[in-house]
Amino acid sequence: MSTTTPRSVGLVRAQTAVFESPLALECGTALPAYQLQFETYGTLNAAKSNAVLICHALSGHHHVAGRYSDADKYPGWWDNMVGPGKPIDTERFFVIGVNNLGGCHGSTGPSSINPDTGKPWGSAFPVVTVGDWVKAQARLADRLGIDTFAAVIGGSLGGMQALQWSIDYPDRVKNALVIASAPKLSAQNIAFNDVARQAILTDPDFFGGDFYEHGAIPRRGLRLARMLGHITYLSDDGMGAKFGRMLKSGEYQYGFDVEFEIESYLRYQGDKFSDSFDANTYLLMTKALDYFDPAKPFGGDLVKAVSGTSANFLVVSFDSDWRFSPGRSREIVDALVAAGKRVQYAQIASGHGHDAFLMMDHPYHELMHAFLNRVHEEVNR
Amino acid sequence: MKLRADLKVIADWIPPKSRVLDLGCGDGTLMAHLMRDKRVQGYGVEIDVDNVVKCVAAGVPVIQSDLEAGLADFGDASFDHVILSQTLQAMRNTEEILIELLRVGREGIVTFPNFGYWENRLQIMQGRMPVSETIPYQWYNTPNIHWCMLGDFEALCAKNGIAIRERVVLNNDERVRFLPNLRGSLAVYRIGRP
Repeated sequence: MSTTTPRSVGLVRAQTAVFESPLALECGTALPAYQLQFETYGTLNAAKSNAVLICHALSGHHHVAGRYSDADKYPGWWDNMVGPGKPIDTERFFVIGVNNLGGCHGSTGPSSINPDTGKPWGSAFPVVTVGDWVKAQARLADRLGIDTFAAVIGGSLGGMQALQWSIDYPDRVKNALVIASAPKLSAQNIAFNDVARQAILTDPDFFGGDFYEHGAIPRRGLRLARMLGHITYLSDDGMGAKFGRMLKSGEYQYGFDVEFEIESYLRYQGDKFSDSFDANTYLLMTKALDYFDPAKPFGGDLVKAVSGTSANFLVVSFDSDWRFSPGRSREIVDALVAAGKRVQYAQIASGHGHDAFLMMDHPYHELMHAFLNRVHEEVNR
Repeated sequence: MKLRADLKVIADWIPPKSRVLDLGCGDGTLMAHLMRDKRVQGYGVEIDVDNVVKCVAAGVPVIQSDLEAGLADFGDASFDHVILSQTLQAMRNTEEILIELLRVGREGIVTFPNFGYWENRLQIMQGRMPVSETIPYQWYNTPNIHWCMLGDFEALCAKNGIAIRERVVLNNDERVRFLPNLRGSLAVYRIGRP
């Protein structure tokens, strides 16, 4: 019974916030009106000082913890981190998960209806950036009466949002937790993203992004994109330990059907994803990653970019993560040190690669607990 | 909380509100003390992740890093004091870290177990490698690979044009003034550029 699962937030419900005033986007256009899908766990204290924002990564969403019904097979995507007595303790903090703009889990995105045309936005949906997301999240915070977050937390692309928050709204973030992230993408990162995008863009069922009105889904492209992405989320060693050269049937079949267990795993992940995720959202998320570069408005100087921040930072990396390696986290740390900011940095040993930010390798959760205990003390001071 | 004797000497040398870098800061005891009593700003650097968690729990800004990789991530003269407490003897790049220390900091504070301490000499004369309170390891599992005595350290400083500004030698938490290289088990130096 999930509702009685120890240390779970239990049954949860998503909420919708509708915004009628336009949001000016970095790309130059504006979204006339939009809605954000979000969930909250725990209770906002009287001083409204215990709010924590969780920013999601590429394929994430607002459903961070708990279950919608007892029949749900899986809880929210960060259920091991968020709950009563867990590092992000819902008995201490008012925790908010929000689906970003351009998403496909209830917030306004390419599959939403464009009020101007009465049809899905599709290819007409503007390209959104990490900065745009942060601006939209800040409006949600306003709506909820939250002036200052005790912490903004995210892994991977979510960590980029936490960093952007600390730069764009220095007075509204007390602590920023930037996990398995990077200050900008490398050429290799962008290259992987572009191959993923090409898989989608060249799928005949993509119809230039307007596949909805053709009753089609670019499933093959999305599947390939996810398979490729998945390879970059795992480490070579981790993959080797889990799958090695194991064969499904035990013998070579001398053909092109699924033979190796790793093939079976990737195809399964690709199929599952292509059934549930929107291809346009995938394109948008990868572009947001590619464009992320908070130092750009500061002449490429990351030290200058973070010099106006006032948050305490926790930066965490994982040694087998080659998508955003520990060195990329160190770039953030070094800039913060050079700017004389308060920062703590840990590199966790893990075989889980980039995915480690969702796992529980020792002492990742102890570290998060230790940091958030201090945040809690700060809230109560 | 009672501070280890060498840490107390270090704390006494650091003026309030200094910018401090504590290399090999362990569980952050010294930094926590300095932050509380001296209002210093700065960071600890520590290689062991469990110690890093302890630092975070204590609210000490800590950066997990391997000192053997150098201090290239820290800018010139970015700290008033750089502390290397009982770590020098365990480092491969001994000479390099001393030079780096004084690039990053205006002043360095270095402590190490004195190999010339009489008990060590006695154990060697008895035919065994020394094991004691300040050297609590067997020869086969010790992280300490570069032993030295007071004179050795001072000669290395001289070779690199490093000035010794102050020296305190301790034994059993007491300061040793007479025959320090024989009677002292722990050396604490304040060094700088002349």
